[in-house]
Amino acid sequence: MNTTVVAQLQRQFQDYIVSLYQQGFLDNQFSELRKLQDEGTPDFVSEVVFLFFDDCSKLINTMSTSLEQPDNVDFKQLDSGVHQLKGSSSSVGAKRVKNVCISFKECCDVQNREGCLRCLQQVDYEYKMLKTKLQELFNLEQQILQAGGTIPQVDIS
Amino acid sequence: MGVETESKFHVLAVDDSLFDRKMIERLLQKSSCQVTTVDSGSKALEFLGLRVDDNDPNALSTSPQIHQEVEINLIITDYCMPGMTGYDLLKKVKESAAFRSIPVVIMSSENVPARISRCLEEGAEEFFLKPVKLADLTKLKPHMMKTKLKKESEKPVAIEEIVVSKPEIEKEEDSSVIEILPLHQELESEQLEPMLCSNKRKAMEEVISTDRSRPKYNDITTSV
Repeated sequence: MNTTVVAQLQRQFQDYIVSLYQQGFLDNQFSELRKLQDEGTPDFVSEVVFLFFDDCSKLINTMSTSLEQPDNVDFKQLDSGVHQLKGSSSSVGAKRVKNVCISFKECCDVQNREGCLRCLQQVDYEYKMLKTKLQELFNLEQQILQAGGTIPQVDIS
Repeated sequence: MGVETESKFHVLAVDDSLFDRKMIERLLQKSSCQVTTVDSGSKALEFLGLRVDDNDPNALSTSPQIHQEVEINLIITDYCMPGMTGYDLLKKVKESAAFRSIPVVIMSSENVPARISRCLEEGAEEFFLKPVKLADLTKLKPHMMKTKLKKESEKPVAIEEIVVSKPEIEKEEDSSVIEILPLHQELESEQLEPMLCSNKRKAMEEVISTDRSRPKYNDITTSV
């Protein structure tokens, strides 16, 4: 094991994950998620995260359909979709996505179709952005492991 | 030391969301529990062995084939589910003679004080706001211990086993009986009712931590 390479990668990982918290992509709940991963379940976080992204994709499609017809918007179905998305983004620590969902819910509550359309676009943008970021993070993890190192515990207070 | 039960606590987790089931399952496993997950209240009742009569949803009877085969130490359920809500499930469990002693915990992503107090009044031990954290699950152990020790007391007593003088844990206690009251009873005795529900929950947590500390269990387990 090349300890210099491992140390560099670990440093890179640490800096990257800290930046994700600082930029508001992730919140403390992501740390909680990482606590649940161990040697027995080394892929737990990535499994859950990709399950979340799948949910995002499906829900966004459904909600997009609900919003299609200007005079026939199913706000009840929209509300249900936003509720689910808010719940899962909250559980994963996807801070920006969650925040958009909060605004989205408000638009649903007052039946503001234009507002909902904007929020839908934003949710789509945010989850895809997060997906890219987390894929990068998981890549770094893999590189560390392949170089024979261990993934650092990062304490975000 | 006393009798240390080697078998894990078995928790039945109920949630209609696959994502949430995965989360709660992992949380519980990480807390050293055995977990069974189901996606609805009716499946939960089926698993317990309560036959749900399709014609009369209010009629519950214990299925003769699946009676008490699986020992469940706790039920943790989402509140918002299609069909049977977590609250409905809670009611059915508490109405059943066979299963009312199983502690029930409700989870919800929404902080609605009226909802929380309704559940607690119906007999829920805890109400967790989602996302549930590992730290939240440490509150479950006292409730699960209650059922394990109760089962111990119903078995024929051997010298090495735990002796509990009264099987009805909720009755008036003497020093050798586990002093555990269902949460809502504790609350009444503490006269915390006028508090807002969110404070109530916090207060209950405090009540638990002061009265339900480990030393009490150790006393029980060492007494012969």
